[in-house]
Amino acid sequence: MEHVSFPALSRFAICGGTHGNEMSGVHLVQEMQKQKIDKVGSVSITTVISNPRATEACRRYTETDLNRCFTEAILSAPITDNTPYEVRRAQELNAKLGPRGSQEAMDLVCDLHNTTANMGLCLISWTVDWISLHIYKYIQRKISSAPVRLILLDLPPSKSYSQDSLGKHGFSIEIGPQPHGVVRADIFNLMKEAVDQTIDWVQSFNSGDTFEGGEVEAFIHEKSIDYPRGPETHEITATVHPQLQDNDFSLLQPGDPIFLSFSGETIKYQGKELHPYFVNECAYYEKKIAFHLARKVTVTIPSISVQRERGAADIMDEQKIKLG
Amino acid sequence: MERKVVRLPGLSRIAVCGGTHGNELSGVYLVRELLKVEKKPGEEDELASVLMVLSNPRAVQQCRRYTETDLNRCFTHATLSGPLSDRTPYEIIRSRELNSLLGPKGSSEAVDLVCDLHNTTANMGLCLIAYSDCDWICLHIFRYLQRQMPDIPVRYIHFNLPPKEAYSLESVGKHGFAIEIGPQPHGVVRSNIYTMMKAGVQHMKDWVRLFNSGTIFEEGCVEVYTMVKNVDYPRDCDTHNITAAIHPQLQDRDFCLLHPNDPLFQTFSGDTLRYKGTEPLYPFFINECAYYEKGIALSLARKRCVDIPPLQVQTEAERQESERGFVSEEE
Repeated sequence: MEHVSFPALSRFAICGGTHGNEMSGVHLVQEMQKQKIDKVGSVSITTVISNPRATEACRRYTETDLNRCFTEAILSAPITDNTPYEVRRAQELNAKLGPRGSQEAMDLVCDLHNTTANMGLCLISWTVDWISLHIYKYIQRKISSAPVRLILLDLPPSKSYSQDSLGKHGFSIEIGPQPHGVVRADIFNLMKEAVDQTIDWVQSFNSGDTFEGGEVEAFIHEKSIDYPRGPETHEITATVHPQLQDNDFSLLQPGDPIFLSFSGETIKYQGKELHPYFVNECAYYEKKIAFHLARKVTVTIPSISVQRERGAADIMDEQKIKLG
Repeated sequence: MERKVVRLPGLSRIAVCGGTHGNELSGVYLVRELLKVEKKPGEEDELASVLMVLSNPRAVQQCRRYTETDLNRCFTHATLSGPLSDRTPYEIIRSRELNSLLGPKGSSEAVDLVCDLHNTTANMGLCLIAYSDCDWICLHIFRYLQRQMPDIPVRYIHFNLPPKEAYSLESVGKHGFAIEIGPQPHGVVRSNIYTMMKAGVQHMKDWVRLFNSGTIFEEGCVEVYTMVKNVDYPRDCDTHNITAAIHPQLQDRDFCLLHPNDPLFQTFSGDTLRYKGTEPLYPFFINECAYYEKGIALSLARKRCVDIPPLQVQTEAERQESERGFVSEEE
């Protein structure tokens, strides 16, 4: 694969509290703000508590899920008196960290999340971006205290909806299991390490290091499965089966138990062999998701390095080519 | 040591309550399931009537702990008898309703036993929580549960408060305890935790049936954890935000003895803060989500063995005799 170069990543945004009850990111960003961290070497760092109202109330959101508000439609919608808080906030964040697609946008946006699912450390990338994939490769090599995995949503740019899509490059760090509203020291430490390693990588990248290409394993989202629900009440009638609970990323095969009803019946999986993740995530009950399913792939990534700065000689060469 | 058999009145009315905190889901779904099963004929229990209650329906509907105020702090004598206005929080109105339904607290009309179902984010296994360390009904049920469920940790936590000051729902019955099971995130239902709750409630009902039908429960000795004090997180003086998390060496170690100088907290800047008490104590409710706002990072208890006497249900004659005594006390 041909080597790829990118402009330096000089402006890096770290966002916590996009969901106000996902506490690792809240406390990490608050700590960075307390220590007034705004620059590390060549990287200028912007820290943001994305949803301050939800963070204050220790709730996922106040009116609507902020991390679903970064669609083209919502970002360009006119503001009225009835506009939900999170929609206004999404537009503010787009102005601050974006505007998405423009030259002014942050070079890199990293959004910090927690999950009640046993997912270890995941990088979630809405698209196949060599920067994000290289950061994943680097973090996986550096962190051994938890499994490190990459989830690709593989969305076209017009369909991106999350905060990390505001920057020129971006991804989320998702760490679990942690109950919402709770801060566990081990999970906080893991989040801090992942952010520190990301900053290290960015500094290395900016200083001109070449990052070797290779192959990385990734999980590409395919579909979601809801809980069995009662026909009238739509209340769940079963919960994730003990054999599936906490087994995120293990291969799920047809015939494997997936739900155990409250009255004791086992419900089995019918479908393609896939890997479940976000198994029993608290916030997804209302989104009608018991777990997601992904296929495992190997992605070949090119070697990358920072673009050389365009010097006077380069500009003159380009002029000659234009005139010629 | 041979003690005289203690004879207590039968338990003809028991209540099983779920959703006292609307996001503690094992109890919510168990009560719903038991209500469904109840509708089938031929499964009645002649020896006891079991009332199934969803304590805080509004909070359950919103999947929140409470809507205005914590329902499970509304059962003190003062709150139950204070004046009502049109600004009275929903949960206080609800506590009065529950007191009418299951109580009134302290009266002879109160149900015989209240079992209130809870979950915690702390790694506490199955705990019975009660206000007494000498309620032989509760302590015998505890021992029975321990023996019927040998594969899981089952413990008894005692909060030393007199009935008038007892603030939680189970204090409304003549006897009462909470079943608290963790760890489970609030808003999540884990299958293993639900199964544990279901088994615990079933064993409790089995014990009641055995007791009511005259079984003698032999004397013995049980371990009881009596609550001594709470410890809050270190907090920022201005914002009041917490500045540390439970230390990794303490996290998940509920009921493991905490010694003076053991690590307690890890600050967000990486420092270790240690336990400054002089007495080794047993921690529980370590990192319970709902307790951040109550200023509790963990609770501490002393452990001791309590001798429980042999227990048997009163005969009908004995019951009438003691009821006459009770009535004249009330008068």
